[in-house]
Amino acid sequence: MSETHAKPRLLTPSRPVGIVGYGAYVPRYRLPAQEISRVWTGGMGGTPIQEKSVPGPDEDTATMSIEAARNALARAGDVDPAEIRAVWVGSESHPYAVKPTSTIVAEALGIVPYTQAGDWEFACKAGTEAMVAAMGFVGSGMADYALAIGMDTAQGRPGDALEYTAAAGGAAYLIGPAEEALAVIEGSLSYVTDTPDFWRRAYQKYPEHGQRFTGEPAYFKHITSAARAFFEVTGTGPQDYRFAVFHQPNTKFPTRVATSLGFSREQFETGLLVPRIGNTYSGAAIIGLSAILDVAEPGDRILMVSFGSGAGSDAFGLRVTERLPARRQRAPFTQEYIARRTEIDYATYARWRGKLVLK
Amino acid sequence: MEISRHWRLKKQRYALIGEVCPHCEAKIFPPRDVCPECGDEAKTEFAFSGRGKVYSYTTVQNAPQGYADAAPYTVALVQLDEGPMVTAQLTDLGSQKVEIGMPVEMVTRRLRSEGDQERGMLVYSYKFRPAEFQRLAVAAD
Repeated sequence: MSETHAKPRLLTPSRPVGIVGYGAYVPRYRLPAQEISRVWTGGMGGTPIQEKSVPGPDEDTATMSIEAARNALARAGDVDPAEIRAVWVGSESHPYAVKPTSTIVAEALGIVPYTQAGDWEFACKAGTEAMVAAMGFVGSGMADYALAIGMDTAQGRPGDALEYTAAAGGAAYLIGPAEEALAVIEGSLSYVTDTPDFWRRAYQKYPEHGQRFTGEPAYFKHITSAARAFFEVTGTGPQDYRFAVFHQPNTKFPTRVATSLGFSREQFETGLLVPRIGNTYSGAAIIGLSAILDVAEPGDRILMVSFGSGAGSDAFGLRVTERLPARRQRAPFTQEYIARRTEIDYATYARWRGKLVLK
Repeated sequence: MEISRHWRLKKQRYALIGEVCPHCEAKIFPPRDVCPECGDEAKTEFAFSGRGKVYSYTTVQNAPQGYADAAPYTVALVQLDEGPMVTAQLTDLGSQKVEIGMPVEMVTRRLRSEGDQERGMLVYSYKFRPAEFQRLAVAAD
């Protein structure tokens, strides 16, 4: 396996594009990590986060995507849903193995019938993969608007390290022309290799992971490579961005990767939501971005780098426009979703998440 | 097999799409193409805001077939801001006590699985939760 000689190139469409609407969603239930530890380790040992969000018994990736997408449309000015030419939902917890989540979302939002609709899968970066595709769809001029969603109700095997963090939530982004954008997308760059750090085979309920293999060769290698290449081709560095957000599977990884890339805590703490909601998988990087857009000011630049196991990272550079401050008032802020909170115990969690044997 | 019925009702269930009477302006839910107020034809689609108040409620302990997984759950008569009364489950109550007159808002949620619990089609529908994000409710008025 040798290092590549390919030169990194920025993905930037001929027609400038941006985020014309965005919306977050986090279920209201929380399971403290200490409660999981009580059940499995007698309360001994550290926990990777404080608590994680848990979907209610009537929630799934489709219903959560609908609420996030409604928020995105509420912020999008007067976009007619019929003008949205794609509804793409990235997730590793689609309610059906076969039958699109995206048609349910498109139907609920009145985007049917003249639209693309499809479900995307790339572990935790399925949502940003859909965003890149939406950039191309709008940037080519084929469509004026495309809706990209990253949403998950993540699975963790009872007692496994992932059970502490596997959470529920995500965000929806309506991509459209830059002249209508709340934040212009200056470009994106992806870094992808075949790296087996985490997977779930067909018909399996819970994923497998490569233990420590998930760190250096996977998460850190891909995010760092994508970010450094993005800096190189755009001639920017950490000092050029007011905010930075990374995939956040736990508190330690994004903190370490941000610091190693030269970002200060002040730059990355706004988007670092994992201590209080857990790892929302396909939603993790982009719900951090929604929390940033809730407070960013015109002219601010934002760097977002996602990570999906398997493995790859998408880096995006964004610049906030003067439209954002007024428009973001039209839907709930990410922190408002996080602040509403009902704590549940492990038994309730086990019942709701189908972990009890009933037959 | 009720798949065809679920499919026919999806618009009203997913997004609370009803009708408005072009003659007397009455808002109609569920849609029935004839105005219950003036008796004239009414086929104009109307999207309800989803905001309303609890008119009455009860808690279901012995759930009908297909709903056993969700029991106990609360069902309410919700008076929509636009007028019509709908019957729906309340959700996301947490430890919150339900009260008559309580403001609620519509959310689209999973209602049940049609037939077999693990193999059947998933039925989604409107439910109502206690109104949140008062900042937005005020702005919308």
